[in-house]
Amino acid sequence: MAKPQLQPVAANQQAPARSTDLQRYYHDMLLIRRFEEKAGQLYGMGLIGGFCHLYIGQEAVVVGMQAAQKAVDSVITSYRDHGHMLAAGMESRGVMAELTGRIGGYSHGKGGSMHMFSREKNFYGGHGIVGAQVPIGTGLGFAHKYKNDGGVCLTYFGDGAVNQGQVYESFNMAALWKLPVVYVIENNKYSMGTAQARHAAGELYKRGEPYGIPGKKVDGMDVVKVREAAEEALAYARSGKGPMVLEMETYRYRGHSMSDPAKYRTKEEVEEWRGKHDPIDALRAIILEEGVATEESLKEIERKIKDVVADAVEFAQTSPEPDPSELWTDVLIEM
Amino acid sequence: MAIQILMPALSPTMTEGKIARWLKKEGDAVKAGQVIAEIETDKATMEVEAVDEGVLGKILIPAGTENVKVNEPIAMLLEEGEKADALKNAPLPTITKAVASKEEPKADARPALSVVPAAPQPAEIPEEKEYSKYVKLTVRDALRDAMAEEMRRDPNIFLLGEEVAQYQGAYKVSQGLLQEFGDKRVVDSPITEMGFAGLGVGAAFGGLSPIIEFMTMNFAMQAIDQIINSAAKTLYMSGGQMGCPIVFRGPNGAASRVGAQHSQCYASWYAHVPGLKVVAPYDAADAKGLLKTSIRDRNPVIFLEHEMMYGQSFDVPDEEDFTLPIGKAKVMRKGSDVTIVAFSRMVSHALVAAEKLAEQGIQAEVINLRSLRPLDTATIVESVKKTNRLVAVEESWPFAGIGSEIAAQMMEHAFDYLDAPMARVHGADVPLPYAANLEKMALPQVENIVDAVKQVCYRQAA
Ligand SMILES: Cc1ncc(C[n+]2csc(CCOP(=O)(O)OP(=O)(O)O)c2C)c(N)n1
Ligand SMILES: [Mg+2]
Repeated sequence: MAKPQLQPVAANQQAPARSTDLQRYYHDMLLIRRFEEKAGQLYGMGLIGGFCHLYIGQEAVVVGMQAAQKAVDSVITSYRDHGHMLAAGMESRGVMAELTGRIGGYSHGKGGSMHMFSREKNFYGGHGIVGAQVPIGTGLGFAHKYKNDGGVCLTYFGDGAVNQGQVYESFNMAALWKLPVVYVIENNKYSMGTAQARHAAGELYKRGEPYGIPGKKVDGMDVVKVREAAEEALAYARSGKGPMVLEMETYRYRGHSMSDPAKYRTKEEVEEWRGKHDPIDALRAIILEEGVATEESLKEIERKIKDVVADAVEFAQTSPEPDPSELWTDVLIEM
Repeated sequence: MAIQILMPALSPTMTEGKIARWLKKEGDAVKAGQVIAEIETDKATMEVEAVDEGVLGKILIPAGTENVKVNEPIAMLLEEGEKADALKNAPLPTITKAVASKEEPKADARPALSVVPAAPQPAEIPEEKEYSKYVKLTVRDALRDAMAEEMRRDPNIFLLGEEVAQYQGAYKVSQGLLQEFGDKRVVDSPITEMGFAGLGVGAAFGGLSPIIEFMTMNFAMQAIDQIINSAAKTLYMSGGQMGCPIVFRGPNGAASRVGAQHSQCYASWYAHVPGLKVVAPYDAADAKGLLKTSIRDRNPVIFLEHEMMYGQSFDVPDEEDFTLPIGKAKVMRKGSDVTIVAFSRMVSHALVAAEKLAEQGIQAEVINLRSLRPLDTATIVESVKKTNRLVAVEESWPFAGIGSEIAAQMMEHAFDYLDAPMARVHGADVPLPYAANLEKMALPQVENIVDAVKQVCYRQAA
């Protein structure tokens, strides 16, 4: 894949708007990166347990998609969900405290890394069963259409999840009933340790074709290209034409989860992506090149993020463990 | 302020490891995310990445050192503009603060085992009232009326399933609903159980109240992951945010001569799962009153119908908005000598058996469970206190069945009241056969109940 080429100022976009947009994307992507690095560190220190899947390398996907969304839209994804939550505007404190299993976490410590939600931000999880979020996202799309609220559900899943039968059950219903859903395949090239070439036949963006669902392959390391594709797909779904598939070509720098030393790929491969295609480095270069912002103002963003993450870490360690009574609550809604 | 870099753990179980090599040397600038060292355990090698930006001030543990404890400082990082002498009085980074979980567990944090169960409290549900007027309805029509009444009340309720709309229901349960509510709210689904069960869950998260019909519960096996992992567990995993108001309904248990794959009772499967309610109506009043309540419930409800009951007629209270509470069993017949507990179609067998037993001088009390989760243990215990003998009947297999659960509950709550070991009447522990004679042998019959009652009453079996 070529080095991400960020578009020059689009004809339809005024320079000041572009300037604030690019700085915001830079901020949002860097926040995810720094948050995840800290999460990795806390995991290494034993403060986070179980499975912990980091999003490092894939930040442009969720930040670009989020940039094109409306507040009414809903989002659902897999267990690799920290980035999606931060992009949705959920507090880094609450996310980090859920990772450490504390009462201040979004699920009061009862969900963990893979199971967090925010009704307020229309974030519907956080699902640990590979592919299960796809019918659920399709149902969220069904609800948008039923209520006629103009919303679209962005349903994210991995290149591995693409092989689940329920994905095609969902494609069929979504196309049949013209549900407002954008299916975002985050193709990070691996399903755990199995490379795409060893697990998937054919092109992933074409997987919706038999159902008449248009698909598009997108450079998922370029936040502006992602946003442009997202705008098109969201407009399509919102207009009542039905679902669309976006395949995001991206890469995860870290192992599948924290306990994966990633022996199934070469250091050179990782270095190639990290060194030449990093979405944050690329955007930083563009911002400076175009004079959108100064080195000093980017440093200011970086300092702010550092403080936000440090504050989240502090909160995640000082927030108490859930009270023993929490064991018994939230099993059923009392009627 | 200098930052300590600590020995990381590769996994939750790792306690120590080896520093295989340093990729940066003292004085090197490092950026967040850069690999600075490699560590090894007997299981794996992993890279250590810098989390902060700065200059590698000092390597505290040289490459090749074995048995380095997790969380031991291995290097010091100087921040931009800092001098090496900042290292002398470097404070510990905030992240090494003691973990709360290392504190002594509080007394009330002991494992939650049901070793000494509390006596069951009678559910705080009023006794069923007397009704002045009744109408005759089939179970089929009662189910349809329940859905129609609820759908008239709340526009967010919709019915989705195979053949529910134009075909009017594979068993004609949804007769007329398409005509009244239109195809937005009565939706024919493709044959795609996992897909439409998951779609229903998503719609429920999204603010609707779906009724998902499975043509039979046998096919819900294709969807059981969505029912349990998505519908039942998400409220808990979200700390109470993500309620899932949904009803999964359809015929359960053995129909007639349809073989093993179409004849299974799933009561104990679903009743096993916290986060679900499981309801099994017997007659038309149960069907109507419980289905209306299930649709109103804000939790996922598994509603187990019985094909053999659809066409049977019963009295249903003729009053506006008749509902029945979930979690309350019904005493169908009073008796003093033995308690027979049953649910769904088996209530009918139990009632017939009770008549036969009465002819032989044994007065049986028959309890219709109505709800399997929550189970109305208090009503069973109250009856056993009086009769001192118990027979549990179910269509399903014996192992880990509803009868097994009732037996366990009686050990815990009614042991001192039992004058004989409880008996179970259940389906044969085989896949259901097709041949008429074998099928009959495999399913509980009235005679089996009569025999079991005589056994617990220490009377000779006839
Ligand atoms: C149904 C199911 N099967 C297997 C797993 C174990 N598992 C978790 S993640 C994963 C790989 C999924 O890869 P992909 O969909 O590409 O997502 P990524 O992790 O790359 O984001 C597997 C096999 C699971 N959680 N659920
Ligand atoms: Mg993948």
